[in-house]
Amino acid sequence: MSNQGPKTLFDKIWSEHLVGQREDGTSLLYIDRHLVHEVTSPQAFEGLKISNRPVHRPEATIAVADHNVPTINRQNIEDPQSKIQVETLAKNTKEHGIQYFDLMDQRQGIVHIIGPEQGITQPGMTIVCGDSHTSTHGAFGALAFGIGTSEVEHVLATQTIVQNPAKNMRISVNGDLPFGVNSKDLILYIIGKIGTAGGTGHVIEYAGSSIMGLSMEGRMTICNMSIEAGARAGLISPDQTTFNYIQGRPYAPGADHWDQALKYWSSLPSDNDANYDHEIVIDSSEIDPMVTWGTSPEDVVSVKGLVPNPSSAQTENKKKSIERSLEYMGLKPGTKITDIKLDKIFIGSCTNGRIEDLRKVASIVKDKKIASHVQAMIVPGSGLVKKQAEEEGIDIILKDAGFEWREAGCSMCLGMNPDQLKPGERCASTSNRNFEGRQGRGGRTHLMSPELAAASAITGNISDIRDFT
Amino acid sequence: MDKFNSLKGIAAPLPIVNIDTDMIIPKQFLKTIKRTGLGVSLFYEMRYDNDGNLIKDFVLNTSPFDQSKILVAGDNFGCGSSREHAPWSLKDFGIKCVISTSFADIFYNNCFQNGILPIVVSPDQLDQLMMAATNQIEFSIDLPEQTVKAGNHSINFEIEEFRKDRLLQGLDDIGITLGYQDKISAYEEDKKNKKPWLFKDN
Repeated sequence: MSNQGPKTLFDKIWSEHLVGQREDGTSLLYIDRHLVHEVTSPQAFEGLKISNRPVHRPEATIAVADHNVPTINRQNIEDPQSKIQVETLAKNTKEHGIQYFDLMDQRQGIVHIIGPEQGITQPGMTIVCGDSHTSTHGAFGALAFGIGTSEVEHVLATQTIVQNPAKNMRISVNGDLPFGVNSKDLILYIIGKIGTAGGTGHVIEYAGSSIMGLSMEGRMTICNMSIEAGARAGLISPDQTTFNYIQGRPYAPGADHWDQALKYWSSLPSDNDANYDHEIVIDSSEIDPMVTWGTSPEDVVSVKGLVPNPSSAQTENKKKSIERSLEYMGLKPGTKITDIKLDKIFIGSCTNGRIEDLRKVASIVKDKKIASHVQAMIVPGSGLVKKQAEEEGIDIILKDAGFEWREAGCSMCLGMNPDQLKPGERCASTSNRNFEGRQGRGGRTHLMSPELAAASAITGNISDIRDFT
Repeated sequence: MDKFNSLKGIAAPLPIVNIDTDMIIPKQFLKTIKRTGLGVSLFYEMRYDNDGNLIKDFVLNTSPFDQSKILVAGDNFGCGSSREHAPWSLKDFGIKCVISTSFADIFYNNCFQNGILPIVVSPDQLDQLMMAATNQIEFSIDLPEQTVKAGNHSINFEIEEFRKDRLLQGLDDIGITLGYQDKISAYEEDKKNKKPWLFKDN
């Protein structure tokens, strides 16, 4: 990458964080903030101990337990292994002087919800976490990506990571979003279009009027699922919406440095004539509310569509893959998506567990009841989201409609905690992955927006929000 | 870290695309605080039935593939979660090399941290190797020469030089980076002046 010439947002953040080249030709990239959770960190701390290495900059690291934590009765974690993992995080962070939000702290929540909520996430930063959905933070114009546990140990020990530059991809979505279409539909549509390996080796910058018109919550939903398109990270240029969101949050720059930070942040958006390795342009009017029918996030279809027929696949591999997915999902080709009957509804996760998501759900289910055959669960992304929702009376609306109102955590997005699907159960889920077994062995996941999940909870079938008044 | 130089053995064919890390090692096994012991749970839901009994026709449960050191798999192997438990479970099972047409970025990186060689081949080459694996033909992998041989197929593969060196020498990556401590400190001093809000530490 040359230092001259027009630069993308990614290029700018990259060159600002380049510590130097190692002799093997790799780049050392400085990491501004490191988020740590209980599942992918114990082996990293153990590695430090074995090699007798200290944490280089404990104050640049923030830790929270989210994957394993129960969303009810959380004073006592019943699963002994989960309990050990959470306790190990508490012990490791204490030993190394790392800030830890424990389970009783109102600031506890899903790591990718609390980073932005606390103002830890800021434009132009490099942020890593041992979790693939770290891409969420790209919504602020921060270069944020998931890393493995060995890399977690590397960052703890050196505050740097060994990387080679990614390629630049820009996906522009233009125009006003059609009625009933929102950020989740946009990103599902994009993944369907480019495929789950479509972004491999790239950082995707999302641009265009549809994207820039989104709230920070909507932008986070988009960047969150960049990893489902195979991308290393997602990015959106910071703008006034971003700055307004950050100002005044606990870890945001204070009055003493605000103007200086703002000046830097304002210099970050990609230069007009910057070069991209790949460009995709989408007209938002072609997008419908989207739902997944299969076991990969690329298996998407309009809510008005049908379950696909394997015989229409273009390659033998694709045909086999569709057949395998349909068998797992228990679906017949040609079935109308809106004829699919549900057992469970899960609203939450780092994709759609923010206050805006909860407000949308409440507005749809207000004064209604969920279908008698479904169980519906809503899990706020953090203790503070929960508090805010309760202050607004959202919890009452949801409980009156028949939803279970839970404590913050990853919950049924990955079923590492007691919230899981049983074999064969079918779930409308606002999370990010419909992989086989992800929400519980044999569980069948249909990814969709909070709006669709809310409407589906009421009817008991997958439903189009546009038909729902 | 374990070194990787060359490898001979039969390869297990797994002709499925988009094998994600949830399939490689499901969530319930991520509760460990150790790196070892995950091999028995590798591909758990494909390998065991609801009662925990081996599913007899799954490839890694059949002889001689239950001794495979090499896996030949469909496109986009290792997509999804960043869990390093995926390569840990492959390694613990005994698999030291995975061949596919593409790998997800984080999984690809994680392999090199654990002495596992991921090899990218073309779709045609994958078809040939999948067939050779199914026919139990012995594979021979040579990292210094960057070749995969199986029967009368001989394929050259690409790998970045630094990754190759790291595997060949089994290098400690953190140790290497700590050799650049002065540069890291100089970077931090510079940024403390230029971007003080980043160092107004929590």
